[in-house]
This record gives sequence, structure tokens and C-alpha cells, in this order.
Amino acid sequence: MIPHAPIGEPESSLANKTGSWRIFIPVFDAELCNGCGTCETFCPEGVVHKRADSDTFIADYNYCKGCGICAYECPKDAIEMILEEK
Amino acid sequence: MTGKLKSGRQVVEGSYAVAHAAAICRPDVISAYPITPQTHIVEDLSQFVADGAIDSKYINVESEFSALSALVGASAVGARTYSATTSQGLALMHEVVFNMAGMRLPAVMTIVNRSMSAPINIWNDHQDSIAERDSGWIQLYVEDVQELVDTTVQAYLIAEDPEVSLPVMVCMDGFILSHVFEPVDLLDQKAVDEFLPPFKPLRTLDPEDPKSFGMFVDPEYYMDFRHLVEQAMDRSRSKIHAAAKSFESAFGRYYGDLIDTYHTDDAEIILVAMGSLVGTLRDVVDDLRSKGVPVGLLKVRAFRPFPADEIAEAIAGAKVVCVLDKNISLGTGEGAVCTEIKASLYNSDVRIPVIGFVIGLGGRDIPVGTVQRIVSKAEDVIKHGIKVENEFVDLKHSLVS
Repeated sequence: MIPHAPIGEPESSLANKTGSWRIFIPVFDAELCNGCGTCETFCPEGVVHKRADSDTFIADYNYCKGCGICAYECPKDAIEMILEEK
Repeated sequence: MTGKLKSGRQVVEGSYAVAHAAAICRPDVISAYPITPQTHIVEDLSQFVADGAIDSKYINVESEFSALSALVGASAVGARTYSATTSQGLALMHEVVFNMAGMRLPAVMTIVNRSMSAPINIWNDHQDSIAERDSGWIQLYVEDVQELVDTTVQAYLIAEDPEVSLPVMVCMDGFILSHVFEPVDLLDQKAVDEFLPPFKPLRTLDPEDPKSFGMFVDPEYYMDFRHLVEQAMDRSRSKIHAAAKSFESAFGRYYGDLIDTYHTDDAEIILVAMGSLVGTLRDVVDDLRSKGVPVGLLKVRAFRPFPADEIAEAIAGAKVVCVLDKNISLGTGEGAVCTEIKASLYNSDVRIPVIGFVIGLGGRDIPVGTVQRIVSKAEDVIKHGIKVENEFVDLKHSLVS
């Protein structure tokens, strides 16, 4: 059920999985990644993070819209944008 | 409020009467921008505030757009809000008018009905509020100053009902009602306090419990929110009825609920109108009835929600319906009330000729003789059928070809 008016609770925008807007998905190659963090710095959505188990990076695909800036900026060409079939 | 407002029967200007009625509802926040013929209302309200007669916060603004925007914010934090405007001022509010209804904020705003430019003209017709008919505001049209006073109080009860939670426009005819001096029963503070409980908003903006109002809504949810407004509008029908009835119990005055009827039961010809024109039509009906003409009158008090069922029931026994519209939906050749009555009858069993008369635009006088000619045309329709479905009444044919 929706409320009587368009009223939002704090952090409720997390329910909106904007990753569904994506057409190209960034695939991160941990072998090529040197952990510089350029992708994290340039991500306009703040959804690129260091992996829990290594010093390499990965996107949160729930919210990554597939803009491709991380792949463009990566100095090691460790990120490839691939058409995502749905 | 400090109870310094006078009460009881007084000879006052219509604008003073509505300012008094708004003040006695204890609005927390008033914001308005002066524009003819609404100006005296906001002058009187600001005088009440300056005199300390009421405790309302009066926000001075630089435009009507800001006036209603200020009330959106005030209403969102739980304030009872009031504004008044007309014509170009209402048009300037247009964007906020839709937002206020969509955000389900129950303000009450007096519309002092005036024509729309161009040509610029300050006199009365209903074009300004009719142009806002799709906005989600309830629209109530009043016949005289006492009904204006009493409907303003009822409007808060309707708007703030949790099953409605929609803003209300109380529409009064510019100059005809806003500038007339007549005896009016000004309401007593204690009686209004008993009739109208304090505003209890469904949700409020509160730093202790943060929320966002007026959220961005994508296609997945937008239509559903619009449907909720339509449902609330539909529920307001019974609330308008209940407010009219409970007001009658408390104050002894009643003006009909969504519609009012006068001699319609045995009428062959039924005249339909909104606003102060209804008063003129009552006199015409009395006069023609005394001469044996079977004519009746239907007053549309609520234009939104539109009283389709009530109108169909009231006119079912008639032979012809004449709708007198003080507005024109350009490109259709007729006024909005006429179009909507015809639309609401199309899938019903009621099959009566409905003819439209666009009348009194920009303050053109509507004398009794003009209405009598309309009734003569109705008699002709009964005898010979519809020849002309709608017309501009009292056009100066020497000026237009």
C-alpha cells in the first residue's frame, strides 16, 4: 500500500533499485586492478567500493546505472562495459 | 485568538464577512497577495492580525505563486491555512494549486470569481476557478454573503476530514458578493469552536521524525496516487452533505449539499446555474410560477466533486434543461457546467434536451428580462425540439458579425 500522499520516509529511496535502469554493466577484472580507487572517486552514484576480501574494486549492481565513467577513467583498463541481457 | 472579533447580525461588506468567517476558523497561517476584487478580504484579515484580534501568522509575499507556496509549507507542518485570490492571481498559482491537492494538504481558499485576461477585465464571471477544475481541489459556489460565511466554516470541516484531506475553493462572485453591503450573521467564536475541531493532520513535517513531502514518483506509482485523489474527491460527497447538515443543526441555516433545488419537482423547464445568479433566478421562477409557467431551478453548489447523480435525479421529470454558464470552454461553444451535465446523462436513462447559455462574461449584467427570454426559448424547445444547442446570451451583434 502507498501512503495517502507522496510522502517518503528517511532512506526509503534505497528501495528504488536504480540498477534496473542499466543497459551496459561494468565488469571489474580483479587480476588487472591495481587498487588505485580512481573508479570509486569518479563514480557519480557512489556505488563503487573496495571488495571485502581484497584491495580491488567492484560496483554495487543494485544501484549502478551503467554510465561507464569508471571504465573510461580506469588507468589499467580493468573495467569493461558489456551489454546486459535481461 | 483573543476573542476580539465581533459577532451577531451586522451590516458589513461581503469581503469583511468572509474575512471574519476565515478568521473565526482560527487559521494558523494566512498568506495572500492583493488583487481586485479580492483586496478587501486580505486588508481586513491583515487588520485583524495587526489589531491582535486573531493570533494567525500573516505572511507577506511578493506574488500569488509565493502565497500558495507558503501555505503548502505551512500546511505540511500541520498548520490550518487560508488564502484568497482571483483571476490572474489564481492563474499565477496554477502550478501550486495542483501540488497542494496532490500533496493532500487541506487549505481553504476563497476565490473571488473574476474573468480572465485578455481582454483585461476586473468584473465577475467563473472563468478563473473553472480553469482549475481538474486540479483536485473541491469547489463550492455560493449564492449570497451569508452562504459564503457559513460555507467557509463548512469548507474547513470537509477539507480536514481525514477521509478527504483535500483543499477547498469557496467561490464567490466578484463585486456582486465581495463589495455588497448587507445584513450578515457574523459567527460566534465559541459556536464555531464547537462546530470545527482543531486541525489534526494525517502526517506532518517534523525534524524529530523526518520525512519528505511532495516526493518524486515514477510511472510505477504515479497513476495510483492520482487515483487516490479521485477516491478522496468521491468520499468528499458524503462529507459535503454531512457538513451542510451538521451546520444546519448547529446554526439553523442550510443551502443544499452538492446541489439545491427550487420548484423542480413538477417543473417542465429547469434552469441550472452557480453563484449569485441563482438569486436572480429564484425571483424569475417566483414570477413565472405566479403566471403558471412550470419552471424550476437547480443550483450547483459543488462543481467539484461534480454532482452527476443528484442532477440526473433532480431533472429526471423535466422536459428541457437550460444551463446558464458564466464561463466558456473555448472550442466547445459552451460552458463547463453544460458540458458536464450532458456528459453525465449520456449513459443514464434520463433523456432530456440540455441547452447551454454562456452568459454574463466579464461582468455583463444579467437582467430578469434576459432570463425570461431564455425560458421562452426553452418553451420553444419543448414544442419544436432543439434548433440551437448553445448560444452566447445578450451578444452585441452590432460589434461582432
